[in-house]
Amino acid sequence: MSAKPLVRFTDVSKSYDGKTDAVRTLNLDVQTGEFLTLLGPSGSGKTTTLTMLAGFEQPTSGRIFVSDEDVTTVPVDKRGIGMVFQNYALFPNMTVGENIGFPLRVRGLARAAIGEKVARALAMVRLEGLADRRPQQLSGGQQQRVAVARALVFEPRLVLLDEPLGALDRQLREQMQYELKQLHRRLDVTMVYVTHDQVEAMTMSDRVAVFSTGLLRQVAEPRRLYEEPESLFVAQFLGESNALAATIAQRDGAQCKAVLPTGETIVAAAVGTCAAGGEADLVLRPEKVALGAAALGCTNRFPARVVEATFLGDQLRVRLMTLGREDFVIKLPNAAGQGAIEPGSAVEIGWRAEDCRALAR
Amino acid sequence: MLSLAERRPTGRTAYWLIMLPAVAMLLLIYLVPLADVLLTSVTDPKPGFGNYAMLFTSSSVQRALLTTLRIAAITTAVALLLGYLVAYAMRAASSRTQRFMLFCVLLPFWISVLVRSFAWLTLLRGSGPVNNALMAMGLIDEPLALVRNETGVLIGMIHVMLPYAILTLYANMRGIDIGLVAAARSLGASRLQAFRMVFLPLTRPGLIGAGTLVFILSLGFYVTPALLGGGKVLMIAEYVAVQINDTLRWGLGTMLATTLMIAVLGALWALSRVVDVKRLFGA
Repeated sequence: MSAKPLVRFTDVSKSYDGKTDAVRTLNLDVQTGEFLTLLGPSGSGKTTTLTMLAGFEQPTSGRIFVSDEDVTTVPVDKRGIGMVFQNYALFPNMTVGENIGFPLRVRGLARAAIGEKVARALAMVRLEGLADRRPQQLSGGQQQRVAVARALVFEPRLVLLDEPLGALDRQLREQMQYELKQLHRRLDVTMVYVTHDQVEAMTMSDRVAVFSTGLLRQVAEPRRLYEEPESLFVAQFLGESNALAATIAQRDGAQCKAVLPTGETIVAAAVGTCAAGGEADLVLRPEKVALGAAALGCTNRFPARVVEATFLGDQLRVRLMTLGREDFVIKLPNAAGQGAIEPGSAVEIGWRAEDCRALAR
Repeated sequence: MLSLAERRPTGRTAYWLIMLPAVAMLLLIYLVPLADVLLTSVTDPKPGFGNYAMLFTSSSVQRALLTTLRIAAITTAVALLLGYLVAYAMRAASSRTQRFMLFCVLLPFWISVLVRSFAWLTLLRGSGPVNNALMAMGLIDEPLALVRNETGVLIGMIHVMLPYAILTLYANMRGIDIGLVAAARSLGASRLQAFRMVFLPLTRPGLIGAGTLVFILSLGFYVTPALLGGGKVLMIAEYVAVQINDTLRWGLGTMLATTLMIAVLGALWALSRVVDVKRLFGA
């Protein structure tokens, strides 16, 4: 990955009504060649960010650069960015071939050159022989492939995808995720992808940018995002987390001691501005918690009572009563020799200090 | 389930029985006179197709037909152009504005064509407000002849036909995903290209439907040309009226009425070959 970003948002804000910000002071770089996903619930600002990059909307303030060129006020058709829409947006008055050739036709390419490039694009998305069909005659998956081919055929440096797989069923979705990822690798194009599906984001992306209520919460590689969330929102939106409110009693470099309202002290990794006397949320992934003998070597060890154990095939999900709560969740792998866990039984749980993150409020 | 299936024909019979008086009445007051019109056109003044031969021999009949076709064609063209602009503006407006605009489009339907024609007569006459305003602005020295001629007929007819064009086009445009235009723009099309290559082709059924509707309705116009034409612009409906009321040439009058009806049915049939008529008019 080169050091020079392809796209740069600097202090970009967007307000539709002049009161609330759909996107607030966004600073984000997209590296050349990367697959970046904008992830967040609806209304988080991810789609607004994409439409501003595409040029459909103009930021209320701030600038957007593509390849060092300020494109903030460049109209949508002059940006040379490919776009794939959730509802495909194929032109019903044109054949599949004409749809794919559309970006070339409006750019004034010769007929022969268009035919050649369209044929290549059709082969790329494995739709050879369907050039003369109408989009309405194709299945959802095929239509989406046409939309992808149409966005790629004019060889844009940047392709935006707005929840492109939202309308497909699960199986087709997984297959299309794989195919999109393959295309990204093969064509060496930069892709910015919008989704509200965290699994999709994790599967496909080089980096994920998590949005909520108009703010960019964190941007990182999927693994880092999961293992080292920097806010309670990210910790809970991506996967599952136990969150415990606590007061920081003492900070010692990367570690801190936090005290729960119920009196227990937990040793945790201190994140960001965590300081003694401050309020913090302790977040802990359910699968990082050990049970019984496995907990013996852990820094943090507490007694607990089993409320409920659910068998999920590859894992066992156990709800515990501990540390003053009844919804403490742990996940145990369905490993060889894993015995049954009876509701009501007393157990001991434990986890390492570095697996529990203290996030300043 | 079986009893329901058995009872069904009984229900259908009752349904037809209820319809019967209305159907009989329609046959009596509509089809019988119509048959009489057809019959008269080939029997009066003497049996045969002599009346129909006048379509090719009588210059005054031909002039009336040509005038009718020309006025209907110009009315259709102008109503489509203006209607397209209004319908497009409605499509692009917010839903509240759309409702208000729809109300404004429907408003003229509540006013009789007769009243509207007299209103135009007053507005457009030599010393009427339009000519006075134009002269006061210094744009013209002499009053324009805007009424009691073909210009007047066209203005009046376009005014009457415009809502039909707008409503048909608007119904068609409402079914078009505006996202397609946005998609075209994102793929590099200028505003004009996006309109010409995507939006305009998608409104083709609406244009054909609105065009046929306006053309057909224009062919049979009577009141507007009679009033705004000042007797100088003879369209076919007025020509028929003159034959039947004044010159008493019933054969010629009924022949022209039949010709008009066949032309209208032919146009509707041609339309049905191109677009789904039922869907077009919201049936």
